[in-house]
Amino acid sequence: MTGSMFLQHFTNALSVASLYALLAIGYTMVYGILRLINFAHGEIFMMGMYFAYFGIAMFHLPWFVSFIIAIIITALLGVAAERLAYRPLRDAPRISILISAIAVSYFLQNFATVLFGGRPLMFQQIPLLTTIMQLGPIRVPRLTLIVPAVTILLLVGLQFLLKKTKTGMAMRAVSRDYDAARLMGIDLNFTIAMTFFIGSALAGVGAILWGLKYPQIKPDVGSMPGIKCFIAAVLGGIGNTTGAVLGGFVLGFAEIMFVAFFPAASGYRDAVAFILLILILLVLPAGLLGKNTTEKV
Amino acid sequence: MMSERTNTRESISKHPPSVKKNVNLYSVVLSALLLIVLYFVLMKIEGSANALVPRIARLCAINIVLALAMNLINGFTGIFSLGQAGFMAVGAYTTALLTIEPARKLSMYIVTPIVKPLETLTLPFGLTLIIGGLIAAGLAFLIGVPCLRLRGDYLAIATLGFSEIIRVFIMNAQSLTNGAQGLKSIPPNATILWTYGVALAVIAFMALFTTSSYGRALKAVREDEIAAESMGVSLFKHKMMSFMISAFLAGVGGGLLAAYNGTIGQDMFRVMQTYNVLMIVVMGGMGSISGSVIAAFVVTIGQEMLRVLDGPINLGFWKTSGIAGMRMVVFSALLLVVIVFFRNGLFGTKELTWSGIVRNIEKLAGRGKRGEVA
Repeated sequence: MTGSMFLQHFTNALSVASLYALLAIGYTMVYGILRLINFAHGEIFMMGMYFAYFGIAMFHLPWFVSFIIAIIITALLGVAAERLAYRPLRDAPRISILISAIAVSYFLQNFATVLFGGRPLMFQQIPLLTTIMQLGPIRVPRLTLIVPAVTILLLVGLQFLLKKTKTGMAMRAVSRDYDAARLMGIDLNFTIAMTFFIGSALAGVGAILWGLKYPQIKPDVGSMPGIKCFIAAVLGGIGNTTGAVLGGFVLGFAEIMFVAFFPAASGYRDAVAFILLILILLVLPAGLLGKNTTEKV
Repeated sequence: MMSERTNTRESISKHPPSVKKNVNLYSVVLSALLLIVLYFVLMKIEGSANALVPRIARLCAINIVLALAMNLINGFTGIFSLGQAGFMAVGAYTTALLTIEPARKLSMYIVTPIVKPLETLTLPFGLTLIIGGLIAAGLAFLIGVPCLRLRGDYLAIATLGFSEIIRVFIMNAQSLTNGAQGLKSIPPNATILWTYGVALAVIAFMALFTTSSYGRALKAVREDEIAAESMGVSLFKHKMMSFMISAFLAGVGGGLLAAYNGTIGQDMFRVMQTYNVLMIVVMGGMGSISGSVIAAFVVTIGQEMLRVLDGPINLGFWKTSGIAGMRMVVFSALLLVVIVFFRNGLFGTKELTWSGIVRNIEKLAGRGKRGEVA
């Protein structure tokens, strides 16, 4: 492999990894608070892609307006899913809420098929974002560099929100100890809704960037990235936002480098994530940055 | 109409021996009668003028097998495994590869020729089902060694991951599985007798197994792992046993599905397939055999009946020209309602038993008499 080819793969891995990180944060935040694998997160991501597409294709909005509206609607969709399908089950056994999440994902996929049709649509190309440029020895679309930049910007914003604002503090308190937080007068419903709002908004941003990078949109486009990004969150240590970003990067780089170094086995690209997951869980059951907790009898 | 077996502790030592003997006599006679009735009903269905009716009836039986396979691990053992689609795929491909006629195999493998012993090998259908189940169980052993050590959610994701790896393997192993082209012209061996025969065998097995000492140990693991372990139940051994038997049954169900469908492809065995089966199990009640059986009928027939929604609808004030997939939206919305509002499903962990039915009839009769006296 030549140096320029490696650079090409490296920049590609950087943008894929950033996308994984964006989605993984949504998983990790929800898991941190509700101890729930939000199986519907991948489908919310998929809906975000469709919202952005139709904003431009059907309502002829300028792309940035359409993107902002799509992010907001996606975030609200996440909140709605929590309100309708998860909140009534909050005191039920954890398995029920997990099944409910699976049912939401099942519903959203079927709903998208009816609403948007099963045929793949092509996401719009935004020349400002997708033009290919010459960067030293390699040619990359601008997007490849925009994606990590946007991700870093959002992460800084998220850290600020979690560490410095009251809502963020409430979120961290709830995720640390649900009952104690309630006793301290934290509005649980609002805090949980906010968590879903932020997680889903990040999924919406991820969806738009994903659509620009891989323009084909189908109703099942969210299921694989959804599962993989949950894996990324587990890799980094679930419940930990920094861990989710780290996990996203480990997963993104592992996948792209696997394909780069073993092009013959590229059909097995999707298996990399799962093998990585098993390995990590066996060696470090709490993930890279997670704290090990023992269950009390 | 249900027996009072709501929790495991009661089920272990509640029935006095004399009652049990009595119940057994009842049950055997009544079950035999039911079987005879079922046979005639099935023959009637098979002779139905509408070709769709026997087809749906067969699908019901296959769904019973698949749902019970999943219920064993998820409902009775309390391990949330999402790997069923992978095991089904293994069974389906085994049955398909071992029953398709050699000439058809030759014409189907265009990209790369099929591997050596399989090109001419064909075996009887029943044997292929068992082989498919055994391969699935063997694979479950390999997957279980790392996965069954994991806790709840992690185990769900890890098993889901292995199921996807199986699918990716099938897509890439061109000379074995014909890759993305899938397999066609699988002989239609899944007759009404085969499907219901297998379904009844699985129901009988499940009923005996879950009330055996092994089955009670599994329920103990479900209720409290730590307590079960301290009572001398080997966690890993029992979890592995349940996982492998579940995989075996899923493999058999997958084999039936392949013969039922006639064509299979890796696309059939995505995560959605696992979710479909999970929905039946949840609807019937996790940990209830009769629940799974009834839910398999309800869901399979219900999905067919909802098919009208895909066609043109005219409500007088509102017309549609037919939207494909509408029934699945309605179906999944109904499912969501069931899960949110009736999360224990139809039966919870209760069972429909002859003794329960008899007791209820007696109670009704008793109430009637008392009414007369008063």
